[in-house]
Formats: sequence, C-alpha cells, structure tokens
Amino acid sequence: MSNHDNVLEEAAHWLGQGRRVALATVIETWGSAPRPVGSQLAIRDDATFVGSVSGGCIEGDVVTRALETLETGKTEVLEYGVSDAMAWQVGLACGGRIRVMIEPVKG
Amino acid sequence: MDAALLRELVAARAEKRPTVLATRLTDGIQKLVYPSDKSQDSWLIKAVSEALAGDKGAVIAAPDGTEWFLNPFNPPLRLILVGAVHIAQPLAAIASLAGYDVTVVDPRTSFASSERFPGMTLVTDWPDEAMAALAPDARTAIVTLTHDPKLDDPALKAALASPAFYIGALGSKKTHAARVARLSEAGFTESGIARIHGPVGLAIGAKSPAEIAISIMAEITETLRT
Repeated sequence: MSNHDNVLEEAAHWLGQGRRVALATVIETWGSAPRPVGSQLAIRDDATFVGSVSGGCIEGDVVTRALETLETGKTEVLEYGVSDAMAWQVGLACGGRIRVMIEPVKG
Repeated sequence: MDAALLRELVAARAEKRPTVLATRLTDGIQKLVYPSDKSQDSWLIKAVSEALAGDKGAVIAAPDGTEWFLNPFNPPLRLILVGAVHIAQPLAAIASLAGYDVTVVDPRTSFASSERFPGMTLVTDWPDEAMAALAPDARTAIVTLTHDPKLDDPALKAALASPAFYIGALGSKKTHAARVARLSEAGFTESGIARIHGPVGLAIGAKSPAEIAISIMAEITETLRT
C-alpha cells in the first residue's frame, strides 16, 4: 500500500532495471534536525529520487553530490548546517545540523 | 554499497528479519549484522542489539577507535484491529501509510472480506485464537472495534497479557466503565486495565469513521513516540 518508505526496495528495483543508483543516509543529527538518523534517499542516475534526508531543504544538493559519487565511485560524508543569508548557500532552515553519508551502489 | 549487500538487506526486510547495516566510515567497509551472529565481535553484537532495541541508528567508536555507523532495520510495527467494522477500513489504510503491518481480525466473514479490506491481512478465527497465533510483542498496537464483549473481551484479555505498546478499545465512557468492571471481575489488576485507552483516540471531536481513525492513529503515534 505505501511505497514512500520503501526506499531500499525502490533502489533495488532500479538496479534490476539496469540503472545506476546512489544512496544517501542521515548518520548523525544535532539540534532540531528534520529527519531522524537512518532516514534515506535513493537517487537514480537521471536524478529521480525517493525518500528524504531533510524536509526538502538539502535534497537538491544531495542529489547533485550523489550523481557525482556515481562517477567517482567513492563514498562521501557531508555535513549540512543552518543556511546563512546567502541565497545560494545550501542549508537547513530549522537550525539543526546533520551528517549525511552518500554512497554509490556498485555491481 | 555493493548491489549484492543491498539485495541481501531488501531480502531480510521482506523476511521481516531484524538486521543492522554497519558501515565503517573511515573506509566505507560495510556488512549486515544479525544480532544472533556469533561470528561477529562482541562489541559489535552488543551495539547492534542496542540499535535494534532502541530502533535508532548511531555513529559509534569501535575498540580500535574507528567510527562505525549502525543503521537498524526492524520489521515494521504491527497493528491488530479486532472488528472489521467501518472504522477499521480507514484505520487500516492510514496505519498502512504510517508503515504498520495491519491485521484485521473478525470471525464474521461478511465483515472481514477482501472486498471491504483490499490487500489487508484478514483473520477470521475467534479473537482469542487469532491473538494467540499473532503473539503481539512490544512493537504491536491492538485496537478493539466491535462493541461486542464476546469479541472484544477475549482480544483485550490477550492484549493485557502481552507487552503490546498500545491497547485501545472503542466505546463510550459508559461502555468502557462496564468493560473495566468485567475485566476486574476476570482478575485483571487496576494498573493492567489502565493500559487500555478507552474511550479510544485523541479528543479532536472526530465524527466520521475516517476522522475517528485519524484520532486513533494519532494516539497510537503519541504513545509510541512520547
């Protein structure tokens, strides 16, 4: 019935279709983080994504970074904090801080 | 992550087998750890068991000082609905959206039909037999909805004997008072009976079956999370 929580299942489904896929996972949070540790986002090679690692604030940047890991093959751990006044800065509106692991699925 | 590991994790989730994905952050080495796996280091098994029990991921330091991220994957929470009545229809749907594995119990097959509950697990045994088979645990919520003591009471007795995290019973204050009296006579203690949320649901002025379902789901969530 619900498939919005089936992030890993969707990732496996995409892999089965021959697509390349990356995963992003919240691994640590401080303060009022929008999504708890363990929350995941699966990103397909055409930038389609399911799941979430924030309330939508940083997904855009995470998707971009995830597509980069598909090229480099390297796992990255990134930290996101509250955004400052600069509009192009990617950050969390809630004032929290989160650490996100972004990894390509290989094989 | 290796595709084979992802497939193993998806399979473990399909089998409802609790597991933890452990990632060493220094080099990205990953493995799935099952709490019963005796071949793993004891510090890892301990941390994995804690992550599953708390249903919470964490970054931990291994004895050698390296950082590991543990992401627990527990089977879904369960909701057992006793009474395939009108309220059970929206409640089963809302609970499914919230990630619960829903089972609807009602020996009246005209109520517990797949036309009324498409895609839901339906059990048409008598509630005491159904509950014995379902064996509710600490990740299970139980709600009785029939208004009929013949069906509700056996389910509530089984619920009270279980570690279910939430027990709710539909019915007015008057109905609930009569229910409390019956359960007291049956030998259940005051503190045990107090586990039953009755009248069920948060007081949001719900009128329609869907609104009542929302109030019940809200109360289950509140009990789980606060």
